[in-house]
Amino acid sequence: MGISVEGANKSFGDFQALDDVSIEVPDGSLTALLGPSGSGKSTLLRAIAGLETLDTGRVLIDGEDVSTKPTQKREVGFVFQHYAAFKHMTVYENVGFGLKIRKWKKDKIRERVDELLNLVQLPGLADRYPSQLSGGQRQRMALARALAVQPQVLLLDEPFGALDAKVRKDLRTWLRNLHEEMNVTTIFVTHDQEEAMDVAGQLVVMNQGHVEQSGSAADLYEKPANEFVMSFVGEVNKLGENFVRPHDIEVVRDRDDSTEEAMVQRIVALGFEIRVEFVLGDGTEVWAQLTRGELQRLELQEGQIAYLRPVHAKSFNGSAPSNSPGASTPQGSTDGGDAEVTAAA
Amino acid sequence: MTKSTQSRWSLRVLGLGYLAVLLVAPLILLFYKTFEDGLAAPFEAITSADGLHALKLTLITVAIAVPLNTIFGVICSLLLVRHKWKGNWLIDAAINLPFATSPVVIGLSLFLLYGKQGWFEPGLSEAGIKVLFSTPAIVLACIFVSVPFVVRETVPVLQEIGTEQEQAAETLGANAWQTFWRVTLPAIRWGVAYGVVLCTARVLGEFGAVSVVSGNISGETQTLPLFVEKNYENFNLPGAFGAAVLLAILALIVLMAMNLLKRKEAT
Repeated sequence: MGISVEGANKSFGDFQALDDVSIEVPDGSLTALLGPSGSGKSTLLRAIAGLETLDTGRVLIDGEDVSTKPTQKREVGFVFQHYAAFKHMTVYENVGFGLKIRKWKKDKIRERVDELLNLVQLPGLADRYPSQLSGGQRQRMALARALAVQPQVLLLDEPFGALDAKVRKDLRTWLRNLHEEMNVTTIFVTHDQEEAMDVAGQLVVMNQGHVEQSGSAADLYEKPANEFVMSFVGEVNKLGENFVRPHDIEVVRDRDDSTEEAMVQRIVALGFEIRVEFVLGDGTEVWAQLTRGELQRLELQEGQIAYLRPVHAKSFNGSAPSNSPGASTPQGSTDGGDAEVTAAA
Repeated sequence: MTKSTQSRWSLRVLGLGYLAVLLVAPLILLFYKTFEDGLAAPFEAITSADGLHALKLTLITVAIAVPLNTIFGVICSLLLVRHKWKGNWLIDAAINLPFATSPVVIGLSLFLLYGKQGWFEPGLSEAGIKVLFSTPAIVLACIFVSVPFVVRETVPVLQEIGTEQEQAAETLGANAWQTFWRVTLPAIRWGVAYGVVLCTARVLGEFGAVSVVSGNISGETQTLPLFVEKNYENFNLPGAFGAAVLLAILALIVLMAMNLLKRKEAT
């Protein structure tokens, strides 16, 4: 079931959470809504579920306008950041809740719940209460509960936000596999670009209530529409009007026309990857990402002078990120002047 | 002994001493005085026709006032916490009114509504309903004074559980009633139960408002607290003490129920 949102607007008092947002989510896809806090991504997700009413605009699920349909009739599975487990019910009762509401027979419910608990790898925990589960287990239970009623679409609001780093990574992989297995159209909200790129096939980058760009992870990384997207989906250095990724800075010991003189300020070893911080003649601070081998070859020391050559620098012609034209179009992978420059400005 | 343990002990002694002198000692004395000359006299007073009637009337009042205030209290709590609007401060203030007002004043105001020249009087006497100096007035007075308890205990719990569980129920297909019955109510049940216990205790012991509107007629409109007072005034001390002890025992049962609830809530 594909999902589309058309011209969505939503304000909370003076705060405009959604500003003419339109997105298109293809049937069966796994899409991430990515953005900083306050960017409107959660509001958009909640509007799709009907937990938030739009001021103007429409939500379509499988081509049907559901804007005026109450949440209970939209047949969406929703997973909350803080699990929203029914604390007074066992795992079994939690997962079976939607089925009981739908007046399923007891033995049918038993069958379906067992099947789901196996799917989310919680077999044997049916009689526990949520308080007896770990965070990761609770979230998997919440997912099983959402999936039990065979929703048309699955919506996850920062599902791994409250979990620690290790569990997050495991659950990411697991969610991706689960999606491949179930093939239900899934949207998940996150502020973590690495998580979004890892899990989702399609990303929608949001900022200040509107969509900056949408596309695949590679699209966003290689052809960001504007400064905001470029800096949000990866590390970035600003050199005058140009932006360059730290791994796109070549460090050499001999100067030529295409290089800029810089002093090594600090060398930080992060395992295989080395972060070298430079300061340019005009005081601009820049860092480059090198490998251990490159560093050894260059024999760089703190306080030394080296020469930087930016490759693949981008310029967005001074277009501000929040009002760049075309940024709020659904598939707006508008290329904001992919000008390759040879020397730092 | 370090200074901090010293001050901790003196605080303890102060606190316990205060409670012992002002609360526990009078109660113990009451029990002692009642049973000083054996069980017969107080037992006889309570099992007299008037005594039994007073007990029955008190229990009837509890049976009407407490459920009404529980239902109303939960509805009001939902209004206050879940349906925010500008007029909520009015509901909030109104619910606190019985706490702030003397029960005697409450009794007098009921008099003004249902009395001979009262607002509701013409309609009521036409319909043949007698409110004042009969059970309805006693129940009304008790409802008035015990309105706040369920609301005050339920509101914080409702705020604490938040709306996510209710929203989750909605996404799973539950309608408003199913959500309330299966998710909200079980989540707030200890808060509500706590309020019910306090409300019951208050209705059991209410004296001031009831004494104004009931007429205090023995065997007719006399509740247990009024029965105690009447016997005391008539120098029937065994009767007064016996009924007082009965009231105290009822209150202790209610308090024990409360402690049990507390312990259950903790697990």
